[in-house]
Amino acid sequence: MKRLYALVLALTLLLAFTPLTGCSQDDSGETVRIYNWGDYIAPGVIELFEEETGIEVVYDTFETNEDMYLKLKNSSGYTYDVVIPSDYMISKMLREDMLAEIDFNNVPNAAGIDERFKNLDYDPTGAYSVPYMWGTVCIAYDPEQVTEEVNSWDILWDEDYARRIFMIDSERDSIGVALLSLGYSLNSTDPDELEEAKQKLLEQKPLVLAYTGDDVKDKMIAREGALAVIWSCDIGIIREQDDTLAYAIPDAGTNVWYDAAVILKDAENKANAEAFLNFLCRPDVAQMNADYMGSASPVSEALANQDESIRNDPIVNPPAEELAKYEVFQMVDGAAELYEEIWSYVLAS
Amino acid sequence: MKYKGITYSYVVYAFTFFLAPLLLILFYSLTASDGGSVSFTLENFTRFFDFSNPQYMKVLGNSFRIAGIATLLCLLLGYPMAYILASLKPRLRAFLSLLFILPMWMNFLLRTYAWMSLLETNGIINTLLSKLGLPALQIMYTEKAVILGMVYNFLPFMILPIYNTLIKLDPSLLNASDDLGASPWQTFTRVTLPLSKPAILSGINMVFMPSVTTFVISRLLGGSSTALIGDIIEKQFKLVDDKGFGSAMSVIIMIFVFGLVALTREKDSEEVSL
Repeated sequence: MKRLYALVLALTLLLAFTPLTGCSQDDSGETVRIYNWGDYIAPGVIELFEEETGIEVVYDTFETNEDMYLKLKNSSGYTYDVVIPSDYMISKMLREDMLAEIDFNNVPNAAGIDERFKNLDYDPTGAYSVPYMWGTVCIAYDPEQVTEEVNSWDILWDEDYARRIFMIDSERDSIGVALLSLGYSLNSTDPDELEEAKQKLLEQKPLVLAYTGDDVKDKMIAREGALAVIWSCDIGIIREQDDTLAYAIPDAGTNVWYDAAVILKDAENKANAEAFLNFLCRPDVAQMNADYMGSASPVSEALANQDESIRNDPIVNPPAEELAKYEVFQMVDGAAELYEEIWSYVLAS
Repeated sequence: MKYKGITYSYVVYAFTFFLAPLLLILFYSLTASDGGSVSFTLENFTRFFDFSNPQYMKVLGNSFRIAGIATLLCLLLGYPMAYILASLKPRLRAFLSLLFILPMWMNFLLRTYAWMSLLETNGIINTLLSKLGLPALQIMYTEKAVILGMVYNFLPFMILPIYNTLIKLDPSLLNASDDLGASPWQTFTRVTLPLSKPAILSGINMVFMPSVTTFVISRLLGGSSTALIGDIIEKQFKLVDDKGFGSAMSVIIMIFVFGLVALTREKDSEEVSL
């Protein structure tokens, strides 16, 4: 009798754990596991890839770089093959030896990537990442509610727009906006400057309607607010539904970001992962994605085919002299905990 | 003897899924890991109980206040509903109680999302109100929306235990009270209410506990200043790799909730011994 109960117990435990083990080995066919930002790929791209290659795609999304990083760090062994983090996070993952070197013989389309996106600071040798998308942090606003010119970050501290402002629920971006408004570097590690930024965010808090994520697009389209800090890759998705919102980058400059596809060291389907990267760099696919997000594709041929309104938009494709003024996020070694504490503090206040 | 196997398997189950996670949380809350070495520390707790910067305590207090209001509203709405439901004919009663449970078949997150599109500044309710020439409702992104979300989601947990007790109430007790000259109100306050008290207490616990720890409702319906303790705890695990501080806050909230449960239990047993 005892044995029977033991068996029942064992079966129960087994059942409880099957979903965890099941997903990595449920199929005999070829698969590739991809981890990308939410709402960050054009509809149909994955289906097209599956159709052309016969490789099944398992696709999951994350909300911020930190969220993605922690999920990978806290799982042991194989999780995903391809991940698409941002610049500073790629540096961090590279330093922690989480990335696999890409065999560019399997990614011939990467040759079509514009020279200026190759070997950027986050991946100096260019051996670990393939640029996916790039853009800026900008202010989206409703011109009916905001009639003045938007040229300063200070507008996000303007009492006139109290409870009509959306900020991003992401520590680097929101603290970054505060640092910019104070005239400091986005990558400041100076405790005094960061303290000022914290006070600045606390001062702003009563004016902020909510700290949001991907849903800011819907909220701005529904005119829930007047101003929102957004990533320029959201512009295309907003325009698709509503082209009456306006966008601006303050004169003081902003953050320019580069998101790139990387292959994890623990990847079990590296060849499929490389096939996927190659697919993303194919000019027609790159253009589908860039058009969907209203961004300027890093693939030269794709960019050339994109609409002029995107190519000439200084928000998504800033001219070189402007770009030189913008800052890329870097790792904030030594101040990482301070950033986390500030953000927790601001949210809790 | 026959049930020994079952008892053992239950003990193993309880240990694996209840006790072990609790011990793990306690362990994380009391330790700091620096690279490879783990050391004992109270730092996580002192960070929370920092009286010069009491914002985390304020969030905790706020969470208890909001959950308390939601629980009270659930009781005020739920008791009469359960009472009316219990006094109906069995067939109608079965149908109506099904209606109460029906929304729970749908995912909790979806239902809360639905409230988002209802309550938004330019949402469905406000569009209707403005069509009728009425002033717009400004509750989205405020505490009121969070309370509404809690009451909506957790009301069935208040109604069902009370309803289940009330339908099992022995009618002869009510008849006796009536025969002895008590008014309906007296019968209610002196017979029905005391007999349903255990159900009320379990309803309170079942509404209060999920309310005080939720983070989804406040994130979807609340705004910049309605972060609950659940939101802050979630952040420690999801965005900031601070398991220690997140666990410490979980331990603190468990101690408070345990205290509250113990308090209601004690009153409960007093009542019985009388």
